[in-house]
Amino acid sequence: MEYIGILIVSALVSNVVLSQFLGLCPFLGVSKKVETATGMGAAVLFVITVSSLVTSLLYTFVLEKLNLGYLKTIVFILVIAALVQFVEMVLKKSMLSLYQALGVYLPLITTNCAVLGVALTNVQNGYDPIKSVLNGVGISLGFLIAIVILAGIRERNEYNDIPKALKGSPIVLITAGLMALAFAGFAGLA
Amino acid sequence: MNKYLERLYNGIIKENPTFVLMLGMCPTLAVTTCAISGLQMGLTTTAVLIMSNFLISLLRNVIPDKIRIPAYIVVVATLVTVVELLLEAYLYTVFETLGLYIPLIVVNCIILGRAESYASKNTPVLSAFDGIGMGIGFTFGLTTIGLVRELLGAGTVFNFQVIPEAIDPIKIFVQPAGAFFVLALLTMLQNVFKLKSATNVEKSEKDKLACGGNCMECHGYQCIANKEVLTEKKDN
Repeated sequence: MEYIGILIVSALVSNVVLSQFLGLCPFLGVSKKVETATGMGAAVLFVITVSSLVTSLLYTFVLEKLNLGYLKTIVFILVIAALVQFVEMVLKKSMLSLYQALGVYLPLITTNCAVLGVALTNVQNGYDPIKSVLNGVGISLGFLIAIVILAGIRERNEYNDIPKALKGSPIVLITAGLMALAFAGFAGLA
Repeated sequence: MNKYLERLYNGIIKENPTFVLMLGMCPTLAVTTCAISGLQMGLTTTAVLIMSNFLISLLRNVIPDKIRIPAYIVVVATLVTVVELLLEAYLYTVFETLGLYIPLIVVNCIILGRAESYASKNTPVLSAFDGIGMGIGFTFGLTTIGLVRELLGAGTVFNFQVIPEAIDPIKIFVQPAGAFFVLALLTMLQNVFKLKSATNVEKSEKDKLACGGNCMECHGYQCIANKEVLTEKKDN
């Protein structure tokens, strides 16, 4: 039950983009079409799940054991950058179809603050590796849901008659704001 | 104009990171529920930015070109850790309000952006001044946005009651959704007055790219959007 709770809270109640404001760049930048948005969301899901497992194992079994907890920011960012490169190479060699689907999005994710954010929240909340992975899955599912919904709305908005002043990014931000309002309704679930 | 003063002017007004370059949007939206926390976040980022610009500029001839980005990240992450520990020790309230967003300064695109586009090519002192300018510009941006949100959402300015308590504040503005609305308002004003900003680049036929073709300031995430434009061009 506790595990389901973590999933729901991290995916819906404190949604990573709409209430934590992490990963805004891809959220606003790659949400023009549902297809690319899904690709980005899937890539984020993959990377965050793997990186929360690796960083959490590293923290519990190496950094904490050696009393080097304060080095976590430096270690995590390097591990994430290396991990993304590594995942890209492995996918290219062994799972070509998956690589073709996610490949272009992978290098972009290193600069995504959500990945580092999840790794650090896991440490802050004192999650063990299993809970960390679940939290990672939940958060990236939340990202996937949010970016796909936004892309869907933007596709429809494309041909609408929008006031001239709101064309471009203002209308996207207003859409995101309305989505944040809607997601605030999930607060009762916690 | 003196070249050091020019750097300050450039960071605060001409290339203001919040209003013109639109960089570092995550902290801009997340910590601006009130003016004070915006100010705190801005100053923390400024401290890191000045030191990172100075150090990276000192090291610019030592760092090999191929691994410069990881090297910059290590320098920035070290500085952020130092600042975080200092805040925890001496300014615990700031440490508590900003929380997770202090370590996340590492991935703030302003810092790596300035390192890559300015500090790696200029002398240490000039780069430090660039950091001061950009930092003040960022602090100014965050504080202004925080001020607007605090005034509308809580009726206060720097925690002083300004709007009489009898009038209900529009609470939505201090909630997450309000952050998006304030930013939408800001970009709308830029649209209306045709102000120069990253979201408001004149789109001529030549640079229909989503980022305005400004590869120097690009941090990668825009290339998907660009890829779409380029494939559309090819199809035509």
